[in-house]
Amino acid sequence: MTDKTLEKLQTLAEAAKYDVSCASSGHTRKNNGAGLGSAQGWGICHSFAEDGRCISLLKIMLTNHCIYDCAYCINRRSNDVRRATFSVSELVDLTIEFYRRNYIEGLFLSSGVVRNPDYTMERMVRVAKDLREVHRYNGYIHLKSIPGASRELVTQAGLYADRLSVNLEIPSEENLKLLAPEKSYRSVFQPMSYIQQGALESAEERRKHRAAPRFAPAGQSTQLIVGATPDTDNRILHLSSELYNRPTMKRVYYSGYIPVNTYDSRLPALATPPLVRENRLYQADWLLRFYAFKVDEIVSDKHPNLDLEIDPKLSYALRHPEIFPIDVNCADYEMILRVPGIGVKSAKLIIAARRYGRLTSSQLSKIGVVMKRARYFITCRELPVFTIQEAKPDMLRKLFLSPATQRSLKMAGQLSLF
Amino acid sequence: MYIYRYDSTFQGLLTLVFDAYSRKAFPDHIMRESDVSLFDGDIRTVVTDNVRAQRVWNGLRKKISPSACRMLYVVWLSELHDVEMLVFRYIRKAFAGERSPELNFGDADVLETSKIYRKVAREAERMRMFVRFQKTADGIFFAPIEPLYNVLPLVVDFFTDRFADQLWVVYDIKRNYGLYYDLHKTTEIVFTQLDFDFSTGRLHDAQAAEDEKRFQNLWKSYFKSIAIKERANPRLHRQLLPKRFWRFLPEKQ
Repeated sequence: MTDKTLEKLQTLAEAAKYDVSCASSGHTRKNNGAGLGSAQGWGICHSFAEDGRCISLLKIMLTNHCIYDCAYCINRRSNDVRRATFSVSELVDLTIEFYRRNYIEGLFLSSGVVRNPDYTMERMVRVAKDLREVHRYNGYIHLKSIPGASRELVTQAGLYADRLSVNLEIPSEENLKLLAPEKSYRSVFQPMSYIQQGALESAEERRKHRAAPRFAPAGQSTQLIVGATPDTDNRILHLSSELYNRPTMKRVYYSGYIPVNTYDSRLPALATPPLVRENRLYQADWLLRFYAFKVDEIVSDKHPNLDLEIDPKLSYALRHPEIFPIDVNCADYEMILRVPGIGVKSAKLIIAARRYGRLTSSQLSKIGVVMKRARYFITCRELPVFTIQEAKPDMLRKLFLSPATQRSLKMAGQLSLF
Repeated sequence: MYIYRYDSTFQGLLTLVFDAYSRKAFPDHIMRESDVSLFDGDIRTVVTDNVRAQRVWNGLRKKISPSACRMLYVVWLSELHDVEMLVFRYIRKAFAGERSPELNFGDADVLETSKIYRKVAREAERMRMFVRFQKTADGIFFAPIEPLYNVLPLVVDFFTDRFADQLWVVYDIKRNYGLYYDLHKTTEIVFTQLDFDFSTGRLHDAQAAEDEKRFQNLWKSYFKSIAIKERANPRLHRQLLPKRFWRFLPEKQ
């Protein structure tokens, strides 16, 4: 390692930081022996950056030189930024030394495209291979698959990496064509399906021989940029729900667009990144994955965008007053999950605890139910007092707005008097 | 009123349970070895007996699930005030009923136990997250920690498995004991004197390996570069990375 390492590390971390994913979850692997490292199925964060995002993996690019000129990307060819390239051994050593000090859970490697996709992909695979075979490293590896890379290289990558990912970035093909004319949906979906096929084939093999090698056991993920194009939440969430229907797709990440190339007129001029919208999309994503919601129940042509003032679950409840109040002492798990103020944990506790006797509202609040919200949507042992049937959705909506929103509405009301 | 005193070991607490049942005198208060008492007269001091402790443990395992047994141990590790009485009441409920109480979250003790369990487990998780090794001149990776609860027993297996090919020490400076791994097994150690800078948690320069400072600086600059300035959120940052850990984290120096 040379003195230039520090400078390279800064440049290439800066270049990689707009990638949202940093999860180290999805696969548990014991070390079992004298190697280094292990993987925990639930993932471990090792630090938190000053923007509040978790730092679990060493998220870095192999190089930020790139032959493409995508409008939304900081590393586009026509940008005048500092460029750097790690050598394979340099990056491998850095990963190992960080790992030994428990700074990181593993490596998340992506790269700008140099010369051609295969050349780039091959160098990335070499990093993973060296870590696994030379250093007997058992920690987490997440490799970004380069759009357009050949099937052989993706297959090799899958044998060393825990997770592979290809970023979709733009939620609709026509907008991708506009912002990144050199890319197409085909170039992204093809590696995605290579990964899927690789994983399914390996699963099939492992049914025959237990020792058959595993292929990207933590599956794949992808990322969508939000707010760089006029695509609606309806479009975005339908796309993610389609992606989640694919066998190996574990996560879709949403990245609020940060104007990095302000000079490009194809992109909107935003004063601040759309963080609230991003947050609402994640909430909707959780509803899809953990709360047994269907995408059509969250967004539709009638409600193409998520309500920014209240969360999507509450918004659903207010649009469907007819299914409430729900009796927590006999309703199904899925129905209990639909109550605003009850999460997965408290829903499970309710199901377990109600076998011992009917639950009261004070027990519910001790269990962790947010009664301030839930009281309008449930009945428990006590008689329902004042539910959504009496209160009406409009009134509840006002009640649940955040104090800041309420204040600004009030201000607007006062101003309109004059 | 029955008051018991035990030797602050888990076996001791189980022996206490045995004693209480055989005397049919259930404690109103349980004291640790180090606790100072106001009423000296009628305190019963329990002598730890591994056979009796094992009998209680075996009995418990017939009544509640293995994970609930483990939960009681973890809750005891919290060292919270009066946690012994909570564990005792839980054990009584387990022995009294036909059915295991472990899922009865309507019961205040059961719920409290599971809440403390979650707190301790979270603290153990934070050790896995925020332990930072510093390499010493003689090649040992050393990490001082100061957890809220006594969680070292919960993370032994994790560190032993993960860092199997390096010498390491994780040392609890609050409770003054630590774990040392010698490439074969992990043992408990007590340092008679700790020679490092307590206020920063750092090794002195002379003790640290030659390139230690360099990797700390590399990590620090990585930490700075990876944050997106447009999204800065200091409140969330402090919430997720509590201040009490900062002095052990090179990136926050």
